[in-house]
Amino acid sequence: MVEVVWTTIALAALTTAILLVLATPLAWWLARSRSWWKEVVAAITALPIVLPPTVLGFYVLIALAPASPLMSLLAPFGIRTLAFTFTGLVIGSVLYSLPFAVQPIRAAFEQLGERPLEVAATLRASPLDAFFNVAAPLAARGFLTAAVLVFAHTIGEFGVVLMIGGAIPGKTEVVSIRIYQDVEALNFVDAHRLAAGLVAFSFVVLFGLLMLQRRADVRRAAA
Amino acid sequence: MIRFRLRGGFGGFVLDAEAEIPAQGVTALIGPSGSGKTTLLRRLAGLTRGEGDVHVDGVVWQDSRTFVPPHRRGVGYVFQEPSLLPHLSVRGNLEFAQRRAGSGPGAAFDEAVAMLGLERLRERSPATLSGGERQRVAIARALLSRPRLLLMDEPLSSLDAAGKADVLPYLETLHRSLRLPVVYVSHDAIEIARLADRALRIESGRLRGPAVELAQAGADPLALLDAAQVRALARAALAAGLDVEPADEPRRE
Repeated sequence: MVEVVWTTIALAALTTAILLVLATPLAWWLARSRSWWKEVVAAITALPIVLPPTVLGFYVLIALAPASPLMSLLAPFGIRTLAFTFTGLVIGSVLYSLPFAVQPIRAAFEQLGERPLEVAATLRASPLDAFFNVAAPLAARGFLTAAVLVFAHTIGEFGVVLMIGGAIPGKTEVVSIRIYQDVEALNFVDAHRLAAGLVAFSFVVLFGLLMLQRRADVRRAAA
Repeated sequence: MIRFRLRGGFGGFVLDAEAEIPAQGVTALIGPSGSGKTTLLRRLAGLTRGEGDVHVDGVVWQDSRTFVPPHRRGVGYVFQEPSLLPHLSVRGNLEFAQRRAGSGPGAAFDEAVAMLGLERLRERSPATLSGGERQRVAIARALLSRPRLLLMDEPLSSLDAAGKADVLPYLETLHRSLRLPVVYVSHDAIEIARLADRALRIESGRLRGPAVELAQAGADPLALLDAAQVRALARAALAAGLDVEPADEPRRE
């Protein structure tokens, strides 16, 4: 049981870290570009919200299976397949949770407006300097929301990890799948323990997020 | 010497501005609402792109081949609304400018703080300041970035009467002590009379130098103003004698 919880947390933490790095430039571009086709990209990144996880999982599985075009690119590096591996699971989770990272960060960047960046430019800050020292701190709330949503969403994932991971104990088996298997085996005690744990965990995460946002709002109102 | 020739348009508005400004003193940029004062200022700063040339003290900021981005121009800009960086304290805002300004002549930290009366505000958060206080911080911040040219876009117009009364004396002090060329956009005849050495008038996007020296014998500053501004000035003169505020606020752009 410790093993399965550990795999789940490792997956969620890694997915969150990767997505914060990937989603930030994407969200920046979506927030600031004026081209119309950015909405095409925005729609594609939002797809995982609408698609059944099994659809996404199915395509990712095909992409990660041996002899797929993607895998033949990786073959020279000695990687034949990523299906049913922890790495494959991370890739699937990153894609699945992408919109939960991009959207809050994009909204936070859009809310900034032009002015703080213009101020930074007239104070001799280069665009990169302005991004890290003005835009990013001002969008901190968006980053926090994105991190919490991605982490929690990954913990709650079922369809995608089932398709890609195959529930190999110690490697790709996560809590949500173990619960399903416990129930199927009529092992209700263990199922209860994990399910109740998830409920408590999710509540704590969401409550914590709301309290953090509230504190930020109260501070802003007081200031 | 600052020399510019800027053209370009969007929608129904066409900017066509050409002038030379001496490298010292305050040049007021005046004109009715929507005449392109802010547009011209943004073009000088490089915040908006368009066709033309800008030379400042022999340095090219823009010509047909070059466009120096604003962060490499050394241009100070005081926006109409006090635009402090809200995640930094007053000190943080000032240090943000100072740290990126490099060394050279220009305002030192304590000097700028003293010049704008910010000694007691240093550790405060921008959100706890009054409008006038914020604008004073914004002006000190612009000075600390050691600009070659300081642009001020109606820095008093978003303030109430108390805020204006708070900031104006500091601007007068700066006017007397600064070596820096300043372009000061204003609607307000009183501000111009108190702060500017000369004035340029822009109308429907069209501006032609040279600037009219306000102190020069024979130059009539009233000639620069439109009827509404002359009335405002007259009211202000009256008000100064009678010690009451002018009746109405200047229009916002």
